[in-house]
Amino acid sequence: MSQDIYVVIEHLRGQVADISYTMLAGARELSPAAGGKVVAVLLGHNAKDLAKDFAADQVLYLDHAALAEFTSDAYQLALADLIGKDQPRAILFGNTSIGADVASVLSMRLGLPLVNSCRSFTSNAKFISQICGGKIMAEGELPSPTALVTMVPGGYSPDQGRSVDSPPIAESAVPALEALRVTLSKYIEPESADVDISKEPLLIAVGRGIQNQDNIELADALAQAIGGVVCASRPVIDQGWLSTSRLVGKSGKQVKPKVYFAMGISGAPEHVEAITQSGTIIAVNTDPKAPIFDIAKYGVQMDLFELVEVLTGQLKAKV
Amino acid sequence: MSATDVMTERSFYAKVLEATPSGERLRLCLECGNCSGICPFGYLMLYPPSRMIAMMRADRINKVVETDTVWMCVSCYACTAVCPSKIPLTPGLMAGIKEELILAGNVPAELQSALANSQRYGNPQGESPRKRADWTLGIQPEVRIMAKHKQSVDVLWFVGDYASYHPRVQAATKALAKVLNALGVDFGILGPDETSDGDSQRLAGERGLFEMLAEKNGKALGRYQFNQIITTDPHAYNAIKNEYPALGISYPVQHYTEFLAERIDVLKLLMKQQISAKITYHDPCYLGRANGIFDPPRDLLCAIPGVELVEMTHNHTNSLCCGGGGGGMWLDGFQWEKAHVRLSDWRVREAMNAGADVLAVACPYETPRFEDAAKTMPGAEALKVRDIAELLAEALGV
Amino acid sequence: MNIVVLIKLVPDLVEELTIDSGGAGLDLTFARWIINEFDDHALEQGILLKERHGGTVTVVAPDLEGADDVLFTAAAKDADRLIKVKGDFTMANNHALARAFSAIIKDLQADLILTGVQAHNDLDGSAGPLLAECLQLPYVGYVSGVAVNDGKSTIRKEYPGGLLAEMEVALPTVLGIQAAEQPPRYVAVSKVRQAMKTSSIEELDASDLNPDGAAEIGRMFQPEAAAHAEMIEGSPEEVSAKLVGLFKELGVL
Repeated sequence: MSQDIYVVIEHLRGQVADISYTMLAGARELSPAAGGKVVAVLLGHNAKDLAKDFAADQVLYLDHAALAEFTSDAYQLALADLIGKDQPRAILFGNTSIGADVASVLSMRLGLPLVNSCRSFTSNAKFISQICGGKIMAEGELPSPTALVTMVPGGYSPDQGRSVDSPPIAESAVPALEALRVTLSKYIEPESADVDISKEPLLIAVGRGIQNQDNIELADALAQAIGGVVCASRPVIDQGWLSTSRLVGKSGKQVKPKVYFAMGISGAPEHVEAITQSGTIIAVNTDPKAPIFDIAKYGVQMDLFELVEVLTGQLKAKV
Repeated sequence: MSATDVMTERSFYAKVLEATPSGERLRLCLECGNCSGICPFGYLMLYPPSRMIAMMRADRINKVVETDTVWMCVSCYACTAVCPSKIPLTPGLMAGIKEELILAGNVPAELQSALANSQRYGNPQGESPRKRADWTLGIQPEVRIMAKHKQSVDVLWFVGDYASYHPRVQAATKALAKVLNALGVDFGILGPDETSDGDSQRLAGERGLFEMLAEKNGKALGRYQFNQIITTDPHAYNAIKNEYPALGISYPVQHYTEFLAERIDVLKLLMKQQISAKITYHDPCYLGRANGIFDPPRDLLCAIPGVELVEMTHNHTNSLCCGGGGGGMWLDGFQWEKAHVRLSDWRVREAMNAGADVLAVACPYETPRFEDAAKTMPGAEALKVRDIAELLAEALGV
Repeated sequence: MNIVVLIKLVPDLVEELTIDSGGAGLDLTFARWIINEFDDHALEQGILLKERHGGTVTVVAPDLEGADDVLFTAAAKDADRLIKVKGDFTMANNHALARAFSAIIKDLQADLILTGVQAHNDLDGSAGPLLAECLQLPYVGYVSGVAVNDGKSTIRKEYPGGLLAEMEVALPTVLGIQAAEQPPRYVAVSKVRQAMKTSSIEELDASDLNPDGAAEIGRMFQPEAAAHAEMIEGSPEEVSAKLVGLFKELGVL
């Protein structure tokens, strides 16, 4: 048993996800009160090189061919074994396509309490979780002796979890990973010719308010006139009106443009958490109480259809 | 002709028959084409009403169900009004075919969400039913909510969805409350007990939803004692007057303009404020064409000191539609995509051509639709859109 | 194929949420319970699979107000069997729900168990993976496409940035659905009413609702609204002119 805070590093195809650094930042907030170290737990195969800039006291590296790519079964087996042996104070997972496949299963398997959707910790080791679409926060003591936690972005900037120094790496034994029921066949890339919205300086974002596929043209015309790129929130992508490579938010991209121009987006937490690193957010929505106005710097309360063509016209005239 | 085709034709005919009185008149179509000609969006429909009837006669109604341009129909009653065979085209044929589309899952996403909201929340906007009477806050004397009032009232005011929740329309709703107070009317509202009247959902083809909503309203109304109903919304008026009785819900009902016009002499004595303006009046489809109420709204406007009433080119039975009916409120995106014009633009242009300062309306769908149109139309910036209740309240100084 | 869809009912966020007098939980006295939106996708995916491969869809929901509507609506969408699990689920957490449902689902001999990937009130993890572990079945979440052949399922799992992973998962399995292959269908009220007449809801008793596995909540609170946006007012022309100026100022024009 230890007082260490373990952070399960998430990575995909050679790239460490931002949520890993967010969690490291959270672990650093938590570790003084717990009185233990921050330990980054890296699972992979020939992936030791990924452990470079973790703001951790130590890296535990678990190497196995079955861990080369994420699958829920293999991660669950490896981590159940590790947690059973080390019994750390807490293990942090991302509330993501990776972490959420593992944390709940381990809670049931190991009989350990789970705190879901944690946004931040207090200096006296309390968790603060965000539920009900961001409308309610729940605070409590981190359960003892070992707590599983899934974290959402927003409470810490990933930069707080980065370090210039590489922490020392120790290898940890991996149990037999056999009789796996889940296997990866292949990755399917988003349409490759498409732009990378996470690198664009100006994004024209559309949400449910755009109403139908043909209206995407209005957003396209605006984007063309100003030299930006169109992206969207989940409802638009679910309808198939734009390709998934244009999805901003949970299971889409985190973006950090200079200007994020949001039209008809109400501002659900799954979307908001992916745009907080934008330079300036400008939002157009008919609902004065839309949560997007709480994070936008500038707001326009107007039907987007009234505005968009006029704005496009004025931009064209200027260029 | 296959057996299934015959079945489809027969069952569709049976449905139309069942859903509408005198539905059997469909058989009397002369194929004159008047209906398709007068339809404001007929030119965009693959099967405007007359062609649709022709398809039915050819046992090919399936073809119509596969298309989506029926969703251009705004249930404005223009076709029904001109039909020489008096076929109930709007409530029978058009609503019937829309029902077939809904059952086949051929529903534009926007409409789908309005229907789902109506099912879940009892209003198409998806607002909290508990907040239905929130607009009453601050009005004095207090607007009585029947469940709290616990006594009989003379007049039960059925407020309606847009009048209750839409921020712009709420201003007109408050104005009407003040006018009723000024007249000393003993009235109450259902508040959270009220559900959507369901008429536009019915005309958008969701008859089952209409019946469900009507039953809820029937139950709520049955709990209280009152002498008559008044409505803000012509669609609610139409539903309660013409559709609810067949479901066993039967009350005397008036549109608020009728109710107030009966008290015009008292109003005249009380209206001290001048409104010096040229005012034109837009006949809402479900007050005018569908129910023949043309004079009371005009009488009220003429009673306001200083008002000069002017008519637009299309008036009375020929009035144009604002585009909101029959599901049009929930198909703006779909219809814009097909038409790239808005019916409300057309109306606002007529109001300008009539030289009006104010476009007066009597339906909650219209204020926001015409105001939006006026905002974007060059030269229409000065045109004001006012509900008759707002003009009366202003003249009363309340 | 035997498909089971697990539905969780959640408090509707359209109604304002309040904290109870104890300060550590939601006041659910007047809550309106609605289907978790991801579960609606799970149901749609189940129906799509039935349309493609045949088989039956069994829908299981906890006995909360609104459960009957949700179940009959599922029947109107062509679900075959409706099960309501009796018990006091108002305050039950997902650990309790998963344990109770696993006892019932075990007997259903499912090939595929679908549920929403998450719900907005998942304070102790999501129902799908908890259920999977109770049943000793594999779990994959964030699924937006399912095909079934030869005793295994081929699924598409979503990762950030539009990347998808195609995975093979042995059957039976529990899948957490992020999005069905097409948006959930609308079903006319007349069809739901028909379903109320022609289908029936089986009622089964929940085993003990054992909530172990959650953290204790000390207090709940509503986050303070952040600073509100500076609103740009005027006609569309005026607003556009101001926005153009702003774009210039911000260096993107």
